[in-house]
Amino acid sequence: MAFGGPKRGGPGGARGKAGDKDKDKDKQRRGGGFFRRRKVCKFCADKIDDINYKDVKLLSGFVPERGKVLPRRISGTCAKHQRGLRVAIVRARQLALLPYAAD
Amino acid sequence: MSKRSYELIYVLKPDAPETEVADMHKQVADIVERLGGTIDKSENAAPWGRRKLAYEIGHHKEGFYVLEQITGSGELMKEIDRRLKVTEGLLRHLIVRVDEASIKADRARTKRLDESRRRRVARGLPPDRQPGEGPQGEDSDDSGDMMFDSSEAEV
Repeated sequence: MAFGGPKRGGPGGARGKAGDKDKDKDKQRRGGGFFRRRKVCKFCADKIDDINYKDVKLLSGFVPERGKVLPRRISGTCAKHQRGLRVAIVRARQLALLPYAAD
Repeated sequence: MSKRSYELIYVLKPDAPETEVADMHKQVADIVERLGGTIDKSENAAPWGRRKLAYEIGHHKEGFYVLEQITGSGELMKEIDRRLKVTEGLLRHLIVRVDEASIKADRARTKRLDESRRRRVARGLPPDRQPGEGPQGEDSDDSGDMMFDSSEAEV
């Protein structure tokens, strides 16, 4: 019985530590060593003016496995194009060209 | 009557016989003709036609896609939409107005071109890019830029 307390506390503490570790790793990456390439909006860079819902190949790059729209903070898409992208993805979903949700 | 360009895509059941595909097309064509529009283009070959659905619709894993480009009035498209909604054997359909989007795209393209010409002239260069000019090696290097690894997406 006396063991119950500390034992239960164990995993929690370990989890906290793991979280800290992750943070440290992130800092290290940002501080130096890893060079993060500056993200550029694909549509600005490739000069795609019309984000078309029929272009499944292009859109699927912005829909990860789970089926959600890839957020701007990860893809680097600019606000203007992210809006157009969302509309295109929603249209493609209606026609079952893209999934609403996977698995 | 205003003329606007639209795109209509509909998805038939994958086991639909050719006659049904033709029949569906004729139904649409009849409405278009009756209400004074024109069908500019009709496609049911690759990448359309039979293709895999992203999700199951009524136990179907595939669908037969048909794309029609139509010029006509809003009332015409409304009528088509109404008819398609009550048509059986149709998995999905979508009508999109395309003229405004293409005008917008054109405007963005010309704006960008003008802007680049203006800058080039300001730098004392000919307004258009000469053959063999500009960074070419860099372009191919950048193509892999947008590949995300899933680990990054999880963060």
